[in-house]
Amino acid sequence: MSIEVRRVLKRFGAFQALDDVSLHVEGGSLTALLGPSGSGKSTLLRIIAGLETPDAGDVLISGELATAVKPQKRNVGFVFQHYAAFKHMTVRDNVAFGLKVRKRPKDEVGDRVALLLELVQLEAFGDRYPSQLSGGQRQRMALARALAPEPEVLLLDEPFGALDARVRAELRDWLRRLHEEVHVTTIFVTHDQAEAMDVASQIAVLNAGRIEQVGTPGDLYDEPETEFVMRFVGEVNRIGDRWVRPHDLEIVHDPAAGAVEAMIERISRLGFEARVELAAADGEPVVVQVTRDTLEELELERGQIVWVSPARERVFAEVGSAV
Amino acid sequence: MRRVALRSVALFYLAAILVGPLVVVFWRTFQHGVAPAWDALSAHDTIHAFELTLLITGIAEPVNTVFGILCALTVVRRDFPGKGLLNAFVDLPLALSPVVVGLALFLLYGRTGWFGPWLTSHGIRFLFALPSMVVATIFVSLPFVAREVVPTLREIGDEQEQAARTLGAGSWQTFWRITLPSIRLAVIYGVILTTARSLGEYGAVAVVSGRIQGVTETATLRVQEQYENFDLAGAYAISLVLALGAVLVLLTTTLLKPKEEVV
Repeated sequence: MSIEVRRVLKRFGAFQALDDVSLHVEGGSLTALLGPSGSGKSTLLRIIAGLETPDAGDVLISGELATAVKPQKRNVGFVFQHYAAFKHMTVRDNVAFGLKVRKRPKDEVGDRVALLLELVQLEAFGDRYPSQLSGGQRQRMALARALAPEPEVLLLDEPFGALDARVRAELRDWLRRLHEEVHVTTIFVTHDQAEAMDVASQIAVLNAGRIEQVGTPGDLYDEPETEFVMRFVGEVNRIGDRWVRPHDLEIVHDPAAGAVEAMIERISRLGFEARVELAAADGEPVVVQVTRDTLEELELERGQIVWVSPARERVFAEVGSAV
Repeated sequence: MRRVALRSVALFYLAAILVGPLVVVFWRTFQHGVAPAWDALSAHDTIHAFELTLLITGIAEPVNTVFGILCALTVVRRDFPGKGLLNAFVDLPLALSPVVVGLALFLLYGRTGWFGPWLTSHGIRFLFALPSMVVATIFVSLPFVAREVVPTLREIGDEQEQAARTLGAGSWQTFWRITLPSIRLAVIYGVILTTARSLGEYGAVAVVSGRIQGVTETATLRVQEQYENFDLAGAYAISLVLALGAVLVLLTTTLLKPKEEVV
């Protein structure tokens, strides 16, 4: 049930969507493909599903070469951003679709559909049509539909992208719990780093058709290998040629070695923490995260001139640090 | 005030151009009672003319339905050089006078035409017989299904089809279970328009049929024939049946369309 992508190239006209991408996804894991729009993450997912054909390179599912296998033979479940609900079918028929085209016996189909509708908490909505459901319900239906034929791999393309923030957070939790229950190898595409960090056990960061780094959420945040990953995953400040996380900065009143001079422009208190926004002497904006205690201890105020000193910083070589 | 004026102009125009002639046909048919109209309709050649029209329509309709759906799928879902040309060619029958179509068939399949000698040597009678009339009718009623289906296909997109494929459906299953149900209404409108056009076809069929009474004479040709022979009762009665057919077709479309689309 593992997935292996080997040296995949894909070009759309003059646009290089994927440029020599290789990726290994462990069986049973929950992986996020994270990147800005146009980074190639959706293309990679669609190539794994067989909905796009790579110009070069291979896809292996459970160790078997799948590059030339049609999507209907790959045994993958795919969830689309805009649900792709079958509008002329009831919720029950939508979920049953994958079983019916496989000519499974009727009572088996009925049992499995009932089980899945319960799993996605849509038992009461079986006879409704997709147009009578909310966005979140439609996406849960789409998930049940994708899971019905017991796929080896579940692929989700920006599954929560079209939903409002509250439903999004709910479905995110729910997907994580679902994965703990079902244990199907899952890959989902997102441009939201918080979502990727929250849900996935492994994240592959894509940029301009290349994979920048693959690692756990902790690895990416604490040990970014490229400038792009540092900037894309979590908040970051640029001080000279160094990159520093907001909580790795210290504010002091007196000049210190390695510190830069800056003026406080805004202080926002967020409960236990506070965000201090400053402008460095060279004009660069700097954000520092401090505790409320530090804020009071230092008696920080708007308009004050202070010194900002990095406690932990990073310098990236120019190579591979695009953007 | 202006709105009322606009409305009366539109209504007057419709009354003068469309409703007026229909009413006159209706009145003329039953001017001397039901009996003469009934006699005219039950004449042997008239019944044959109606049967022929229905037969031709019955062949042209399924052929153009299948072709129209195929053509729409090709235009919307595939990308290939010359796609724009195909798209434009589908509309050709709308732009071309049916008489020209008939003449072109004459030139192609006539005794000195490209395919004429071959057909004759194989004992196939094309002109002045059913085949040429069917081909002419297929030609003039070709665009309707494709024209109705293309915008619907564009609107629904291909995500549902992709979803079906990832769920294990082959292309044939995807077409029957997903694509066809989604374009069902558009196909029905297209078929209705195709039917109306086929029933009313005159020009192209007039050229290729040879208008042999009781043999290659369709309902529309018979109207003209009876009118020329001063058999006005017959001409009016057949016209009325054709007109009623058209009204029926339009009513069906209106009833089928979802409420908000009715203008």
